[in-house]
Amino acid sequence: MSSGVGIVSAQCAHFTQPLELKGGSVLPAFDLVYETYGMLNAAKSNAILVCHALSGHHHVAGRTADEFGKPTANVGWWDNIVGSGRPLDTDRFYIVGVNNLGGCHGSTGPASPNPATGKPWGADFPVVTVEDWVASQARLADHLGIDAWAAVMGGSLGGMQALQWTLSFPERVRHSLVIAAAPKLSAENIAFNDVARQAILSDPEFHGGHFYEHGVRPVSGLRLARMLGHITYLSDDQMAEKFGRRLRVGAGSYSFDVEFEIESYLRYQGDKFAGVFDANTYLRMTKALDYFDPAQDYEDDLARALARAKSEFLVIAFSTDWRFSPDRSREIVHALVHNGQAVAYAEINSAHGHDSFLMNEPHYHAVVDAYLKRVKL
Amino acid sequence: MNQPLERADFDLIASWVQPGERVLDLGCGDGSLLKRLIEERGAKGYGVELGDAEVLAAIAKGINVIQGNLEQGLAGFVDGTFNHVVLSRTLQTVRHTERILAEMLRVGREAVVSFPNFAYWQNRLAVMGGRMPVSEDLPYEWFNTPNLRFFTLLDFEALCVKMKLIIRERQVLDEGGRLVVEEPNFLGSLAVYRLGR
Repeated sequence: MSSGVGIVSAQCAHFTQPLELKGGSVLPAFDLVYETYGMLNAAKSNAILVCHALSGHHHVAGRTADEFGKPTANVGWWDNIVGSGRPLDTDRFYIVGVNNLGGCHGSTGPASPNPATGKPWGADFPVVTVEDWVASQARLADHLGIDAWAAVMGGSLGGMQALQWTLSFPERVRHSLVIAAAPKLSAENIAFNDVARQAILSDPEFHGGHFYEHGVRPVSGLRLARMLGHITYLSDDQMAEKFGRRLRVGAGSYSFDVEFEIESYLRYQGDKFAGVFDANTYLRMTKALDYFDPAQDYEDDLARALARAKSEFLVIAFSTDWRFSPDRSREIVHALVHNGQAVAYAEINSAHGHDSFLMNEPHYHAVVDAYLKRVKL
Repeated sequence: MNQPLERADFDLIASWVQPGERVLDLGCGDGSLLKRLIEERGAKGYGVELGDAEVLAAIAKGINVIQGNLEQGLAGFVDGTFNHVVLSRTLQTVRHTERILAEMLRVGREAVVSFPNFAYWQNRLAVMGGRMPVSEDLPYEWFNTPNLRFFTLLDFEALCVKMKLIIRERQVLDEGGRLVVEEPNFLGSLAVYRLGR
């Protein structure tokens, strides 16, 4: 029997040593908000860092509580994989979820006050990269007394962080689980991201990124960006099965109202997201994706770029993921094999496209479970 | 892929692998051979396997298993990466026979291939008696066999000549896993070859 982690609450770590960013700017100080599940063992050898993707955050598992201590409906975004008897077994591991720098769930980001002006950073918040996130997460590891993670893992953009960890801090990560990721984005991926950014940048309520001061939010731009993104996270088959060409009402009205079920679904997803997410964060997350390319400094030779990793790897891809297709994961696998590095690769049959990594697919979870059971503490 | 109780060909293959060598096992199943090569011979091993259940079992064993379909070749594997590329009791299940042999010798310096000998005398006897053979090394009925290709030592060696593959060593075993020296195409149930270019 497996069970979830119950009621959880976030913590905040404040870092006063300046963080030099890849883009050249320096963050004088910053906060990272995080949650933990399970117990750190005495040797501090059982810690797993879960890195989040584009729209994720530190609330990986469990439920937050309301002011009366009662569980809310706010369930963590990867709750199905974390808990007692689940692949990220809290009886064995100490699991850390963190909100990335530049995020909008409590860690220092564009809506935080800029110490130089006292006003929200807005457009002046630096563009952060995957390398910057990893560097900031290493500060959190220091704060928690963790010399080396038993594993760092993540899906999509989170998988890129899991990979980058092995390159930025080869001695500090023993296993890396790179799921539904890629060694770099394709031109098509970047194109999708740019259309999403243009939707935000061209929203009159964006005010060049300083919308906080105007008391508005670029909701329509953010909503469009999310609708576009959401299409790319699903598979054609899944959309056909879930929505097909079904209409919400009996017959077409020959207007531009919401008619097809898929339109209704996408608008709902867009509205839900635009209601809570920060447009400046969205811009920065997509930019971090675009810039990620560890082979760039090695004449595009990925094997050479990965050679310094000392971690063992589990790479997982999903059959219907066309945003980060299995071929892209295999590039990582073959570079590691070429170097003689330890890697296992599983290609999971799943109908859910890129979003498969979040699904409770039994074989997928069995693979993660089998791999993590091998991790020595 | 086929899984008789005793894998006599594993002993031979293990004896050919030197410590520290890199081995790629195609159709590695649950990784039993690789585990042995790693533990007994100090090899650095990787496996390719298509089946979900086998991949899961290999991951549980700590094997470097890569899920993939041999019929699609070994695209992505760099030339000359491995000392040995093993195809144990699997060649008869592969449709693109020539391509997989060529791919093995592209990514590895040596190909190690084992397969059931269809001309083994008991198999001949079965066919003479009017039935397709079922044996230790051909453990399936005709209607559920994964085997696509039925061939003999002589057939395989003729293909090696055609493909200009050099046979470096050949060992032939009977159903009991004992070495066969005389009349191998008649007395041998399982053949194991080391091939080069």
